[in-house]
Amino acid sequence: MLSYIIKRIFIAIPTVFILIVASWALMKLAPGGPFSSERPIPPQILANLEARYGMDQPEWKQLWDYFYNIVVHFDFGPSFKYKDRDVNDIIAQGFPISMTYGALSFVVAVGVGVCLGIAAAINHNSWLDYFAVSLGIAAQALPNFVMAPILIFVFTLKLDWLPGGWYGGQWQYLIMPVIALSTSFMGSISRITRSSMLETLNSNFVRTAQAKGLPTRTIIWRHAMKPAMLPVLSYLGPVFVAVLTGSVFVDMYFSTGGLGQAYVGSALQRDYSVLLGVTILYGVLTISVNLLTDLAYAWFDPKIRY
Amino acid sequence: MTSKTLFGALLATTIMASPLYAAGMHPSTGEALADDQTFTYRVLDEHSSVDPQVVEDVSGSEIVRDLFEGLMNQSADGSLIPGVATSFETNADKTVYTFHLRDNAKWSNGDPVLASDFVYAWQRAVDPELASPYSWFMEIMSIKNVSEVLAGDMAPTDLGVAALDDHTFQVTLSTALPYFAQMTTHATTFPAPRATIEAHGKDWTRPENIVSNGAYVLTTHEPNERSVRERNTMYWNNDATIVDKVVALVINDENVAMTRFLAGELDRTEIPSGQYPRLAEEMPEKVVVAPRLCSYYYNVNLTDGSGNPALQDVRVRQALSMAIDRDIITKNVTAGGQYPAYTFTPAATADFSVPEVKAATMSQAERDASAMALMAEAGFGPENPLDLSLVYNTSEGHKKIAIAVSQMWKQKLGINVELSNQEWKVFLETRGNQDYEVARAGWCGDYNEASTFLDLVQSGSGYNDSKYVNPEVDALLTEAKTLDNPQPNYTKVEEIIARDVPIIPIYHYAINYMMDTDLGGWPVGNVEQNWYSRDLYKIAE
Repeated sequence: MLSYIIKRIFIAIPTVFILIVASWALMKLAPGGPFSSERPIPPQILANLEARYGMDQPEWKQLWDYFYNIVVHFDFGPSFKYKDRDVNDIIAQGFPISMTYGALSFVVAVGVGVCLGIAAAINHNSWLDYFAVSLGIAAQALPNFVMAPILIFVFTLKLDWLPGGWYGGQWQYLIMPVIALSTSFMGSISRITRSSMLETLNSNFVRTAQAKGLPTRTIIWRHAMKPAMLPVLSYLGPVFVAVLTGSVFVDMYFSTGGLGQAYVGSALQRDYSVLLGVTILYGVLTISVNLLTDLAYAWFDPKIRY
Repeated sequence: MTSKTLFGALLATTIMASPLYAAGMHPSTGEALADDQTFTYRVLDEHSSVDPQVVEDVSGSEIVRDLFEGLMNQSADGSLIPGVATSFETNADKTVYTFHLRDNAKWSNGDPVLASDFVYAWQRAVDPELASPYSWFMEIMSIKNVSEVLAGDMAPTDLGVAALDDHTFQVTLSTALPYFAQMTTHATTFPAPRATIEAHGKDWTRPENIVSNGAYVLTTHEPNERSVRERNTMYWNNDATIVDKVVALVINDENVAMTRFLAGELDRTEIPSGQYPRLAEEMPEKVVVAPRLCSYYYNVNLTDGSGNPALQDVRVRQALSMAIDRDIITKNVTAGGQYPAYTFTPAATADFSVPEVKAATMSQAERDASAMALMAEAGFGPENPLDLSLVYNTSEGHKKIAIAVSQMWKQKLGINVELSNQEWKVFLETRGNQDYEVARAGWCGDYNEASTFLDLVQSGSGYNDSKYVNPEVDALLTEAKTLDNPQPNYTKVEEIIARDVPIIPIYHYAINYMMDTDLGGWPVGNVEQNWYSRDLYKIAE
C-alpha cells in the first residue's frame, strides 16, 4: 500500500509539470497580454512594466524562474492586475472560502443523495421511491447556474430571508450557495445509489442473509452497504472536481470572495501568474482526490489490492 | 431682562449647542438625517489597488478619492475647488504652477501633510522602478523632464517638482497646459505617505498599515468581496463629513446586483442593460440618468494595406455615418437615456460647444437620401454591392448595436456586412494592429476638457486606431495647447472629422444608476462622475 502511494506521488510530479508547461503555452498563445488595455500604454512605460515583471526575459528564462521560485521559495509570483498583492496572498485568502463552500456542498450532495437513494431502494415502488426518483431527476436538471438565480429570486427578493451574497462567516451566507452547488450532484448520486442498492438487494448473498433470518437493518448496513457504494465511490472523484469548477460560478454569482472570481478575472485580464497559480492548485487537488478515491476503493472492495 | 426671556435665551443656546440637534439635520438642505450613515454600493470588479500612484481602474479611483486628497477637488458640478491646496498661481506663460497648501491638513496618523509629500508622490509616480501603469498620465501633464525620467535617463529627483517650503509646492512644465490644475484632481497626483511606504513596502495599502489624508480610512478589505472605509477623524474638514462608513461590494453580475438593490442591500447600482425603460416606469424616483463624459463610436481603418480599399473613399465613409439612425439606436436598442452623437466630444464637456455639423441638422430621411447618393457616386449600387466586416468585443449590448447598424447599412445602402465578435483582449490586439475594417470603440475622458477626446485623432497618438492622418488637425491641436481659449480650435477639428469621418460617432453615454431615495448629495451634474463620499448623506426615512 505504502509503495503504491509513493509510486502514485512520483507519477503526479511529471503530471503537474506537464500541466504547468501546457497552461503556460496556452496562456502565452492567447492574444493580448496583462498590460493591453483600451488605452494602449506608451512603449516606454510598457517596457518599464515588463521589466518589473520579468517579461522582458526570453520565454524559457521566464518559465525557469517561475519553476525556480515555486520549488525554492514556494513563491508563485506577483499578480499583474492586483498590484498590492501576490498570488500566494490571493490563494491564501480565496481558497479557504472556496473550500468551505466546496466541502460543504460535497458533504450535502453525498449525504442527502446517498440517504435518499437508499431510502428509495429499501422502499422500492412505494410513494417514497417515486418521490425520491422524481426529486432526483428534477435536481439533476437544475445545474448551479439555474439554481442560483432561482434561489436569490425567491429567498432574497421575495421572502427576504437570506442575504444575496458575500461571505460573512455566518451560516446564513452559506445556505444558498451550498444548495445551488450541491443540488444537481445530489440528484445524480441519489439515482446511482438507488439503482446500485436495488441490484445489491437482489443479489445471492443478500438472499442468503435473509434466509438465515438476519434482521433487515443488519443486512443493509453490514452486508449490502459496501458493495452498493462502489459505483457511487467511482462517481465521487468527478463530483469533487465538478464541485470545484462549479464553485467558480457560485463564487462569482454570490460574490463569496472565493477563488472563482480571481480565476475567471485572471483569465480575462491575462493575469498570467494568478491564472497559472490557481490552475496548478486545482490540478494538484484533482490528482490528490483521484488518489484518495483509488485508495478508498481498496477499503470498500476487498478484492482490490495494491 | 425678564426671567422669561432669559429662559428663552438659555433654551435657544442649549438647543444650538446640542450636538444631537446639529447631527440630525443636513447643514445646508435642512433634511433630517438618518441615524445610520452607511453608504453601500456595488462595484463590478475587485479594484486593482488603493495605492494612488498605482491605481488604474474606476472602482479603485473611487476608493482612492475618499482615502486621499490631492491638490484640488471637484465640486458637484465638476468645477475646481480647493483640496489640500487653498490656492494656486501661474507665471505669465503658464509653465510654472505654484500651489499653496493649507496648514491644517493631516495624515490619519496625525502627521501634517507637507509639500514634500507631493514631491515624493509625483516622483514616485514616474519612477521606472515602481512602473506605475498610470505614469502616462504624468507624461500628458507635461511636467519638466518626465519623459527622460520614465526612460531611465534621469533620476526621479530630476522631475520638475519642488517643495519651496512646507506648504508651497511648485511644478514646472515643459509646455504650457491651460487645464493643468484640472488634472490634479486625478488619483495619480495624490500625496503619498513616505514613511509608511518605506516601512511596509507593497503591503502598505493593507488596512492595518495604510495611512491616508482623505476624509476616510480603509478599515476592511476582503478581496473580491468588499472593502470598507470609515471616517478619518484627522481629516481637516472632518466636521463637514456626514457619511460615517462606506461599503463597496464586489458583484460581478449586474442582474444579481439589481436583485440585491431591490432587496435593500445596496444604496446604488448600475441599471442592467435593457432594463432602463421598465425601471423608469416602475420606480422613476430611483432611476438616475445624466450625461457622462464618454463616447461610443466606430473606428474606420484608414490604412492602405489592411483596411477595406473602399473605405479610403471619403464618400463611402460619409455614407456609412449618415445611414446610421442614431435615434433608433438610443431609443430602441440601448434605451438607457443615451444621447445621439454626430460629433465626437460630448456636449457635456466643460466649455465645449458642439459645432453645427451638417448631418446633425438633417432629418434621418435626408441623411438616408444623401447616403444613397454618396454611395452611388462612389460606384456602389445594387449590382455592385460593398462587402464590409464589422468587429466588436463580445457583449450583448455591442452585439445588438452592431446588428442594428448592419441592418441599416444593408437596407439603405445594400452593403453586405459580416459581423464578428472577439474576446476583449483579442479584440484590443486586432484593433490596435489595424487588422479590421470597421471596429467598435468607446472612450471616456481622463479630464474634463475636449482635448482628452480629440487627441485621439492626432496622427501621432497611440490611441488613433483608425490611423487617421491630417496635418491640419495636428496643427490645430498642437496650437490649442498654448491658447488661452482653445475652444475654436476644438470646434474646427470636430468639423474636419465630421467631414473626413475617420470615426463614426454613434452616441454619448449616460449615467445609468438605480439609487435609493434616501441617498442625498449625489453629484449628478459631475460628468466625469468623480464623486466623494464626504459630500453624500443618508436621509431619515
